[in-house]
Amino acid sequence: MNEKPEKFIDENGLRLDGRKIDQIRDIKIEIGILNRADGSCYLEFGNNKIMAAVYGPREVHPRHQQKATRAIVRYKYNMASFSVEDRKRPGPDRRSIEVSKVSREAFEKEIFTELYPKSAIDIFIEILQADAGTRTAAINAASLALADAGIPMRGLISSCAVGKVDDTLILDLNKDEDNYGQADMPIAMSTDGKITLLQMDGHLTQEEFKKGLEMAQQGCREIYELQRKALIDHYNNTQKEIIQDAPVESVKDISTESATEEDPIEDPVISDDVPDNGYIANDDEIKEDIPDEKEEVILDEYEDNPAIVSDETEDDTLE
Amino acid sequence: MNKEIVSIIQKDHLYHLMLKGERADGRAFDEFRDISIQTDYIDKAEGSAKVELGNTKVVVGVKIMPGTPFPDTPDSGVIITSAELIPLASPEFESGPPRENAIEVARVTDRGIRESGAIDLKKLCVVEGEKVWMVFIDIHVLDDCGNLMNVSALGAIAALLTAKMPKERFGLGEDAPLPIRDIPVSITAVDIGGGILFDPTIEEENVAECKLTVIFNQEGAISGMQKSGNGSLTSDQLNNIVEISCKKAQEIRKKFLEI
Repeated sequence: MNEKPEKFIDENGLRLDGRKIDQIRDIKIEIGILNRADGSCYLEFGNNKIMAAVYGPREVHPRHQQKATRAIVRYKYNMASFSVEDRKRPGPDRRSIEVSKVSREAFEKEIFTELYPKSAIDIFIEILQADAGTRTAAINAASLALADAGIPMRGLISSCAVGKVDDTLILDLNKDEDNYGQADMPIAMSTDGKITLLQMDGHLTQEEFKKGLEMAQQGCREIYELQRKALIDHYNNTQKEIIQDAPVESVKDISTESATEEDPIEDPVISDDVPDNGYIANDDEIKEDIPDEKEEVILDEYEDNPAIVSDETEDDTLE
Repeated sequence: MNKEIVSIIQKDHLYHLMLKGERADGRAFDEFRDISIQTDYIDKAEGSAKVELGNTKVVVGVKIMPGTPFPDTPDSGVIITSAELIPLASPEFESGPPRENAIEVARVTDRGIRESGAIDLKKLCVVEGEKVWMVFIDIHVLDDCGNLMNVSALGAIAALLTAKMPKERFGLGEDAPLPIRDIPVSITAVDIGGGILFDPTIEEENVAECKLTVIFNQEGAISGMQKSGNGSLTSDQLNNIVEISCKKAQEIRKKFLEI
């Protein structure tokens, strides 16, 4: 462990690692990198290295945990023994049980659990390297792993901490700021700005809390943009791969039908430009919208492409 | 996960009461139930308190003994807080090692005492790096009628205030009270359909989707916070809760000191 620094913020208003007070650490995101998991994400947040995997919806074991009306969400936050300076004894300790609890609660309302009664959605977090802010980094990774697993969600959850050093509020604490700082307040936020996780320890006045909350929310919004971009990039690439690998005929199919077929390939979460509307429409809307669109497309094809029409007539005659 | 099953009728009932500005037991939204504290409840413990908040009953015992300090804080005493939700206290509790709810109660109580600097840990050092006083705070819930967070915190600080360091027994001088510098007060509120209710009963806790605990130190600054439950809160709701909680904390501290 480093000695306590004399000053956390230099005369230029920069922190010891060169960041501004309201600047988050660099984030690197890789989605879908585990083969066995239904969804996965590797995330680097500063020096934190986090792996998240999602399994499910799947059968619940032990059975008595299952709920008749909805899926249960389970969240296991686990630190590797080598992730910290002094070896951590493997297995769950009180801290990781608490972190798992509050993190799970940050997600439960955001997932459409009512769509999967009697099943479990398991989120596993492995902290490979810890460097302050592991729970926030883990939530950011879990959010993307859930999206990658195709779990229907109201939006993404983004998470970020705010803290206090030298009586100044700072965004996203690093290790020294966490160890020797005056306060630490991790939050998680949904796309519509609601707080789904809030913890705090240290010393904050009411004014500082108010300001800190705003700072942390701004941080979450920045992270949300990065998460969104990572998802779009990932699925654009996989879509390209599919097109490249596919036989020539099916490529044609994809391109002609792209208007209707693109949406299911894109992850549901991406479509939350209109968060209120979500991607889950009322049943009525779904029933009304989809057939209409398909009819239109088919009609267009008939008009524009006489070949299809002739194909059809041929089939008719054959029958 | 081991939340009691609540009937839709009860949920509806509490929600409609809330809309009318009422609560099932007739309290105002920000009104606490009656507090009673009985200190020195257990003779064998170095400090103890039995706290009742309405019908909720908790006993907190403090044991103090010499031990070795943690390597990263060789000159500081040690606080270890644990909570047991024993099956005697509620049909929902089961025996066995503490589950996440018990761990949460213990860790949030610990956070309040630690972060407010309630105990001057430097004064608990006997020989640097070798021998320090270890303070064990054990919370036993006897009857869970809601708001364990606040009752446990009250019990813990009451037990600490009356605790004696058993110096004589260990040949380290005369018995002395613990060096207490601050009295943290924790305030919990739940959100039921947009209405914020303080000091929730067990029924209100079960119906609510979201709970927020805020811990204040003597000067009215925040020492710790914890949101629990599946729901979410807007930042306006949060600021509102913090503001009211701060006033409530002063009231409770005043009452507490009278007792």
